[in-house]
Amino acid sequence: MLIEFSLNLIIATVIVIALILYALLAGADFGGGMWDLLAWGPRARQQREAIADAIGPVWEANHVWLILVIVLLFTAYPPAFAAIMTALHIPITIVLIGIVLRGSAFVFRKYDAQDDATHRRWSTVFSIASFLTPLFLGMTLGGLASGAIRVQDGLVTTGFLAGWTSAFAIACGLFAQGLFAFLAAAYMTVETAADPTLQADFRWRALFSGLSLAPAAALVFGLAWREAPLLFAELTDWWAPWLLVATSVAALAALAALWWRQFQLARVAAALQVALILGGWALAQYPALIVPDLTIENSVAPLYTLRLLVITLAAGAIVLLPSLGYLYYIFKRP
Amino acid sequence: MNDFLFARSQMAMSLAFHIIFAALGIGLPLLMALAEGAYLRTKNPVYLDLSKRWAKGTAILFAVGAVSGTVLSFELGLLWPGFMEYAGAIIGMPFSLEGFAFFTEAIFLGIYLYGWDRISPLAHWISGVLVAISGMLSGVFVVTANAWMNAPTGFDIVDGKVVNIDPIAAMLNPASFHEVLHMTLAAYVATGFAVAAVHAWFVLKDPTSHFHRRALGIALLMATISIPLQILSGDHSAKRVAELQPAKFAAMESHYQTEAGAPIILGGIANDDAMRVDYAIKIPYALSFLAYNDPFAEVTGLAEFPRDEWPNSNIVHWAFDIMVGSGMVMLALALWAGWLWWRTRRLPDHQWLLWALVFAGPLGFIAIEAGWVVTEVGRQPWIIYGVMRTAEAVTPIPGLVVPFVTFTLLYLVLSIVLVFLLRRQFLETATPADLETVTAPPSGKGVYPDAD
Repeated sequence: MLIEFSLNLIIATVIVIALILYALLAGADFGGGMWDLLAWGPRARQQREAIADAIGPVWEANHVWLILVIVLLFTAYPPAFAAIMTALHIPITIVLIGIVLRGSAFVFRKYDAQDDATHRRWSTVFSIASFLTPLFLGMTLGGLASGAIRVQDGLVTTGFLAGWTSAFAIACGLFAQGLFAFLAAAYMTVETAADPTLQADFRWRALFSGLSLAPAAALVFGLAWREAPLLFAELTDWWAPWLLVATSVAALAALAALWWRQFQLARVAAALQVALILGGWALAQYPALIVPDLTIENSVAPLYTLRLLVITLAAGAIVLLPSLGYLYYIFKRP
Repeated sequence: MNDFLFARSQMAMSLAFHIIFAALGIGLPLLMALAEGAYLRTKNPVYLDLSKRWAKGTAILFAVGAVSGTVLSFELGLLWPGFMEYAGAIIGMPFSLEGFAFFTEAIFLGIYLYGWDRISPLAHWISGVLVAISGMLSGVFVVTANAWMNAPTGFDIVDGKVVNIDPIAAMLNPASFHEVLHMTLAAYVATGFAVAAVHAWFVLKDPTSHFHRRALGIALLMATISIPLQILSGDHSAKRVAELQPAKFAAMESHYQTEAGAPIILGGIANDDAMRVDYAIKIPYALSFLAYNDPFAEVTGLAEFPRDEWPNSNIVHWAFDIMVGSGMVMLALALWAGWLWWRTRRLPDHQWLLWALVFAGPLGFIAIEAGWVVTEVGRQPWIIYGVMRTAEAVTPIPGLVVPFVTFTLLYLVLSIVLVFLLRRQFLETATPADLETVTAPPSGKGVYPDAD
């Protein structure tokens, strides 16, 4: 029993970590797409180019974290995967369309930028898809946490609109957009170190989006009280205030570092802030995958599958981590 | 059409779209690494230009392959939740392994595409080789999962419940070896002939172009080595299917009555009610020989199976004939090219051969699409052969016509744009300006001048 419990917990933890990394890396790539749409001022074109340069080498690798989340979910928790894909069919399909459009438009733009009109056309598709995808991703997560999706004997009983259409879930979507935009702007201040005017553009964007996260978070929190009561109840546990303090410290540190132009520090603090928010969310939702009916305990795969999956993860990490390290060393070292 | 048919159509359409990019994602990195390897060995700048041009093609196609593959991994649950709930714990492992292989491919492709002047030439070439290897491995893992749907092993059913799950036995199921071999070779065949067609056309236009002659040489090498192997692996696959899935095999051949010394039936119109094939060509004893190496062996016909377990014979049979026909034409071309090379010891550039190669360009992909129709439609009505029917696995969500139409339009638009884009990027003759960039002495940071 203990072994099963530990393996289960390891896999669930890896899923949360993969989700956090997806938010920190691919989330920032989506955020970059948003700033592409919002690029204005005399350096709009340079802003877009800097974003494209920053995303180019890494976005495909960043995207794979999502695939890892999905694969782990359906291997380790097949009934939960089936229920999630049924109850949240609509927002997930929209996320997929967004992912296809974002990725294709990005490469099409890079290899088809012969004149300004085509360039702008791909830019528009790329950036609108970058706006929509995080919104529906956030709504999907909000739907899972809302407690409005009910599953009985493996069948979803609440239809195909429950959860993700609530005000709470929509607030989660908006919050995800804000987080990704903030991350992207904070990262871009480091990417544009060679051009102080461009760096200043992204500094203002990071400060603005970072500040706007506070009311957005309050909105999510307030709506959770009414529309996701089970999640909210968990947020009043003993650890919650400590996590809230830690998240606030990271948030303030990020803003302060941006204000005093300590951009390397700002990047780390911003990432930490987002990691703490998602980690706290996962803790509050634990052990539920779909609040309240499906948990990592009642939908887990047999022990032998878990054992092999953990071995696969360990072996995969041996190949993956050095490769990833090499990728970021080549393109993201100061 | 009902929701079930729309779900099947959406899955089929998504797979048919993705498979092209998946196959190119396996084949093109190998070509690009071969070209760069030739550059490192000979220092001939034409090879460097070639690897860069193929890398651009890879970049565009890989991105579309990556996002359309993501769609598929979600669609497994979006469309077939019953299947995933049943099978996730059994066949999740090859998908996890595929996840890591795909991760490695994405990482080193990023390094390859953007790292020309950031790492040493050798490290750059090794990155390309790693892209080729991990791309091939992701295909291998995913195909084992499909093989399991055709030959499910690694679990027991006791009182209607799945027990004794063994993911390793599931991954190494009896269909894995032949499916993996056949699909991997198919990727090299299809990429080799498609790329050869492009460059054959330019050699026809300008027989002196070094760029296109060398490109044609490398692509032809890949095509002519892989197609004979593919025909052998196809023969092996057919024998295995005859053994593992006799109903599929019978549908492939439109073979209704069990008989000894069975003929091969080519083309024709299968009539399930009358259990006969009209307007077909028959080759006596050939089917028995093909399946069992014995012209008098007995071959099981569809009549032995309950009517509701028959795959659609017209579709499966015609798809099979199209696949085999395409393979035979490509084999003939490979033999012709090999014979010309053997006689002259230089690039086979006979005009007729070049024209034939141009027209044979799509054949490898036609064979891949037809082959997957054989595998997947031939598996029906089962989603897990003999265990779960496709209709039992489908999602309860109504209105599936909406995502079907949406994804079809999306993929249609992407295809049109891609053809347009690749025409410009990939079919462009190496302009003098390009070659100048390449031959000019390296300036600045790296050994590789940046062609962008």
